[in-house]
Amino acid sequence: MFDWRMFDTWIVVVGAFSAMACALVGCFLVMRRMSMMGDAISHAVLPGLAAAYMFTGSRESGVMFLGAAAVGVLTALFTQSIHRWGKVEESAAMGVVFTTLFAIGLILIRQAADHVDLDAECVLQGAIEMTPTDMRTFLGLALPRAAWVSGSVLVLNLGLITLFWKEFKISSFDPALATTQGINATFMHYLLMVLVAVTTVACFEAVGSILVIAMLIVPAATACLLSERLSTVIVVSVLLAAASAFLGHLSAITLPRLVGFSDTTTAGMMASVAGAFFLVALLAAPRHGVISKLLTRLNLSLRIVSEDLLGILYRLEEEGKMPHADFPLFAHATGVSTWRIRRALARLRRSRLIVRHQSGFALTDSGREQARQILRSHRLWESYIDRLLNASSHSQHFTAERLEHVTDASTREALAKAIGLAAQDPQGKDIPEN
Amino acid sequence: MPTLDDLLRLLTLRDYNTRVVLLGTMLLGWACGMIGSFLLLRKRSLMGDAISHATLPGIAGAFMLMVAFGGSGKSLPGLLLGALLAGLLGMVSVVAIRGLSRIKEDAALGIVLSVYFGIGMALLGIVQKYDTGSAAGLQAFIYGKTASMLDSDAWLIGITAAAVALLCAMLLKEFTLLCFDQAFAGAQGWPVRRLDLLLMGMVVVVTVIGLQAVGLILIIALLIIPPAAARFWTHRLWRMVIISAAIGAGSSLIGAAASALLPRLPAGALIVCVAAAFFLASMIFGPCGGILVRLLQQTRLHRKVARQHLLRGLYEVWESRGRQGPPEADWHTMLAMRSWKAGRLHRLLRQARRRGHLTMPAPLTYRLTERGLAEARRLVHNHRLWEIYLITHADMAASRVDRDADKLEHVLEPEVVAQLERELARQHPHLATPHSPHPLES
Repeated sequence: MFDWRMFDTWIVVVGAFSAMACALVGCFLVMRRMSMMGDAISHAVLPGLAAAYMFTGSRESGVMFLGAAAVGVLTALFTQSIHRWGKVEESAAMGVVFTTLFAIGLILIRQAADHVDLDAECVLQGAIEMTPTDMRTFLGLALPRAAWVSGSVLVLNLGLITLFWKEFKISSFDPALATTQGINATFMHYLLMVLVAVTTVACFEAVGSILVIAMLIVPAATACLLSERLSTVIVVSVLLAAASAFLGHLSAITLPRLVGFSDTTTAGMMASVAGAFFLVALLAAPRHGVISKLLTRLNLSLRIVSEDLLGILYRLEEEGKMPHADFPLFAHATGVSTWRIRRALARLRRSRLIVRHQSGFALTDSGREQARQILRSHRLWESYIDRLLNASSHSQHFTAERLEHVTDASTREALAKAIGLAAQDPQGKDIPEN
Repeated sequence: MPTLDDLLRLLTLRDYNTRVVLLGTMLLGWACGMIGSFLLLRKRSLMGDAISHATLPGIAGAFMLMVAFGGSGKSLPGLLLGALLAGLLGMVSVVAIRGLSRIKEDAALGIVLSVYFGIGMALLGIVQKYDTGSAAGLQAFIYGKTASMLDSDAWLIGITAAAVALLCAMLLKEFTLLCFDQAFAGAQGWPVRRLDLLLMGMVVVVTVIGLQAVGLILIIALLIIPPAAARFWTHRLWRMVIISAAIGAGSSLIGAAASALLPRLPAGALIVCVAAAFFLASMIFGPCGGILVRLLQQTRLHRKVARQHLLRGLYEVWESRGRQGPPEADWHTMLAMRSWKAGRLHRLLRQARRRGHLTMPAPLTYRLTERGLAEARRLVHNHRLWEIYLITHADMAASRVDRDADKLEHVLEPEVVAQLERELARQHPHLATPHSPHPLES
């Protein structure tokens, strides 16, 4: 269906290096609730880049990094000072600063368009497809120039984060605590801003300045959904970033063929794949995912219905009226949907707590034992509420109805002790023995 | 460079096209300024950012659909409809991510912004491969090309903006309450959620119609900068809305006109730069929290406090001499009184002499005049009142009182002083002129 060439490998390498470098610093942005600062800086470096181009006339110079890092710090600094001096809300201050800087950058680029090979689209969208045409050999290793650049930034980020691991961690979670421990939280803030700016510049060639923010934020936010440990979050987000780069390029050269076109932009597909990862994590994360929350809730409600059914069967046996019960009776007594009762009955039969006879369902021995504990909890609670809380008999029943599902053995004994050696509940029904 | 003739043509609005385009852009700026005010007050400024980026896949998708059904793909209403749908979807996505997970608002905005933009880029990458080659016009949406707008486009933008502005004016009361006390609005039985959605919907609409004039990335500036600037001119909401709308309209007009004269410069960027200039001027010169006004107030307060310290110090020196002889002190005594530098004390003394509070009977000796003595007596009186009040009512240790009294006496209202005096006179009738409760430093 398609042929993978060395060319494609190099594109993936450039994309993966860029995405991983972004994800490393992105974790701290997300953690500090400063994600939009990534957006602001990635827009705002445009004038820095444009000025550096106009100055040097080339794309590959340290001046470019200096210009971008300076503008990155300026963005953070301007935002802070407008926020402090003008009492403008922080996100609005950020909006004022980065849109203005971006506008200035656009004008500069338009002015420079005659002399320099640079246009706004290239900065916005990147040109990852062109990167393998410019190979550089260094220490006997031939890699695309963009891979060298983003690779060095990746190493730089990794080194600084390892070096300042404790400082970054504490000042991200609790700047006040960091200050009391002698860590300069302001310095860490601006160090992070410089890293974001440098990373943005290093990666704009690969993914474009706007899609840098996708790599800064999306893998980090996805990892936050999957884990709570900072170190795990960072490792997972870096892996996700690399996977987005690979799958992004793969889908960029395969998916469009389905509708009859050769390929599309890799950078756009990288962001889309990262977004897809996020969506999957949002829905299916093990603990905080939407699906797992729904399942937990469903499971809990099924357990409650099952326990209610056991209770009904036990009460019937107790009254000696009808040893076996059938479906309409359950539906009438519990008042929940038939679908839930069916599921609950199936669940009880699976764990051999009830059996099905011709005339209906009946408790097994182990089912009877469990039902007895539930009934004991229920009636103990009723007595307790009656004796110690003086509530009406109506509220006694409904409170006990809720509490019986969450009462364990030790609580039951504590209750029994609290109400003395009563053998009957307020309605005069026997409290089952332990 | 534009010739004088070009400038005249523009200023006299001789071209029908120029007239319509300028009017449309101005109305757009007006509507953005109005809606932006509410966004700013609800601390949702960056929502516009996410929405504007999120429109890209809608534009590209609409283009592809229109081409697939045999159209040219460049019909403006069709593209705007696509952008509108994608923008709304983006807005809903932000709300859903925030509601369904632990992800905070800022990250939710960033995710929607970048992922939608990425999808849009990927779709555009396919569009560019179309044989028809008509995709070039789509770039105008990203950077804005006011000058090349058609009359019909400008009419569409102008009419929609006017409608949004009108609706916003009609709902002014509702939106005001939504911004300041959402809980109260809810308790009054107002449909808070629907109002909020309506506001966001209007943001999407102005963002979408503004795409062509200002461009996808910079339209957000028109939503943020004018209201942020307007806050420096008033504290009343309806005035802020009007000022913000006026700044928006003004910067759009100036920016679009400048772009018509200098076609090499992108209109969106010019509009934003003009708006930023308005913001900077407002932040410096605005009467409500502007930097100059605040500096002036601060300097005035500092000067007043220092003057009062000087007079009181002189009086206390005289008091420690048992009020014998003229109320005067020499330079060194006064320099030792407080931790002020020689230069500052020198300036203070000069100011006090200009005000007629001090005279200099001999070199480096300063004497209170009749007026200065009266003022110093009043200050010391106030100061002592506070000291006693703090000791008797606030249980402060006598040694700590002086500092607090220092700070409070400068903000005392005459009415408060009168009340305190009555209170103290009732408790301590003998304290007609209170004495210092702690030993004076000399």
